[in-house]
Amino acid sequence: MPDPNGFVHLKEADLGPARSHLHATLQRGRFAVTAEIGPPRSATIAPIRRKAKVLRDWIDAANVTDGQSAVVRMSSWAGCLVAMQEGLEPVMQLQCRDRNRIALQADLLGASALSIPNVLLLTGDHPRFGDQPDAKPVFDLDSIQLIWTAREMRDRHRLLSGREMKQPPSWFIGAVENPFAPPLAWRAERLGKKVAAGAQFIQTQFIFDVPIFARWMEQVRDLGLDRKCWILAGVGPVKSLRAVEHMQRDVPGMYVPDSVVQRLRGVPSDRVHEEGKVLCAEIIQQVREIPGVAGVHIMAFSWEESIPEILERAGLGARRLSAMGH
Amino acid sequence: MHAMHRILEQNRLWYSVAVLIEGTPLLNRLFSFGERLVKERLFGCRMCGQCALPATAYACPMTCPKQLRNGPCGGVGTDGSCEVYPGLRCVWLMAYERAAADDRIGDMRRLQRPIDQRKWGQSSWVNYWLGRDDDLWTADYHELEPVPVLAVTSDAAHKPPVHERELVRA
Repeated sequence: MPDPNGFVHLKEADLGPARSHLHATLQRGRFAVTAEIGPPRSATIAPIRRKAKVLRDWIDAANVTDGQSAVVRMSSWAGCLVAMQEGLEPVMQLQCRDRNRIALQADLLGASALSIPNVLLLTGDHPRFGDQPDAKPVFDLDSIQLIWTAREMRDRHRLLSGREMKQPPSWFIGAVENPFAPPLAWRAERLGKKVAAGAQFIQTQFIFDVPIFARWMEQVRDLGLDRKCWILAGVGPVKSLRAVEHMQRDVPGMYVPDSVVQRLRGVPSDRVHEEGKVLCAEIIQQVREIPGVAGVHIMAFSWEESIPEILERAGLGARRLSAMGH
Repeated sequence: MHAMHRILEQNRLWYSVAVLIEGTPLLNRLFSFGERLVKERLFGCRMCGQCALPATAYACPMTCPKQLRNGPCGGVGTDGSCEVYPGLRCVWLMAYERAAADDRIGDMRRLQRPIDQRKWGQSSWVNYWLGRDDDLWTADYHELEPVPVLAVTSDAAHKPPVHERELVRA
């Protein structure tokens, strides 16, 4: 039955088959763990293989980023195929900065045809701060329009042109939200627009300030959105003082409170990365207590090896093995 | 602004005016030029030809470096600055604040459809009066049917410019 507010209730959506292992994990109500893999800046798949091997027994799915920070890297779909070869379920990130609506639909079709079961649809970082500030920003669609396009392709079997597809695609559709960017009072409504457009799971921006995130989750629950999508709280370990200062100062959309920087300054310099992992595990434990949080998404730029230890410390031990009854 | 919009609201008179303008190339150029002058001054209009202003509390989303039509990106600085041009204030933050002040926050909850890139440079008033903008956005998402259709459905949106339709006679 349609919701009077115009959504398909999660429970109803759940009656269909799971689109992916990640989807099934969330449907079963198990606390999900995803992490991020950045593809290399050269023509080799070795780093993706290595990262996938480190992560595959610990997480439910790995995002393969798509030109993250507007820096040239190997394409997300290629990285996704490598992750799949290593037995790790991928989430293909796809952003609107580099592609018009024709290319976006083309990549979405390719993903489904190659059995990439999850997609994460974003607007994308502006090229101005990447390694090619001279590039033409496309932004033919925005993230909400892209999510809407994907949902229409999957559920109505139609391309944006209206043309019907003989073989419709299948993906579990994800989106992102930043609870820390102004206007704070409207960020939950923006999530609502994404869910109305078709987003089924959400990964958030890095959380360093749990109280602000908790207030956002309260608004999300007030709108009933926690019943209409699954929210994975974004976290990540800090590797060095330089890294955290860079995050605080230079990374758009990132909110790092001074208390975090002070805490890391308070430990001997050779212990900062250890403290970073401890802090990350603490944040995971705190967000896990917040009603409506369905999982965590761990972003550890070029430090994927730290993830197993963080998860163990947070009480989220090896997942696949235990899930399979080993 | 909303009062101003009511004067320009779609009706048969404006429809006829639009038909006349579009059917007369010189008039069309003059009218579009006039629209550009006025709206550039007032809103920083970029002449996308499919105006979103009535649904954005009259903050032009095409001045956003990402030309986002559905609200602010995740990169807005804690001080409200644009992530791309930190000296500027986020246009969507202005839209939100004005909409909240005018009690029109429901407008921010409309889903905005993809724009038609062919319409750059055209008069959005003419396109509006001729009904080509009817499907630019949905209702407030709180009031939507379960699955709003993305592909534009109304005939008007697909109709070619009036002079190609030989509607000059009308």
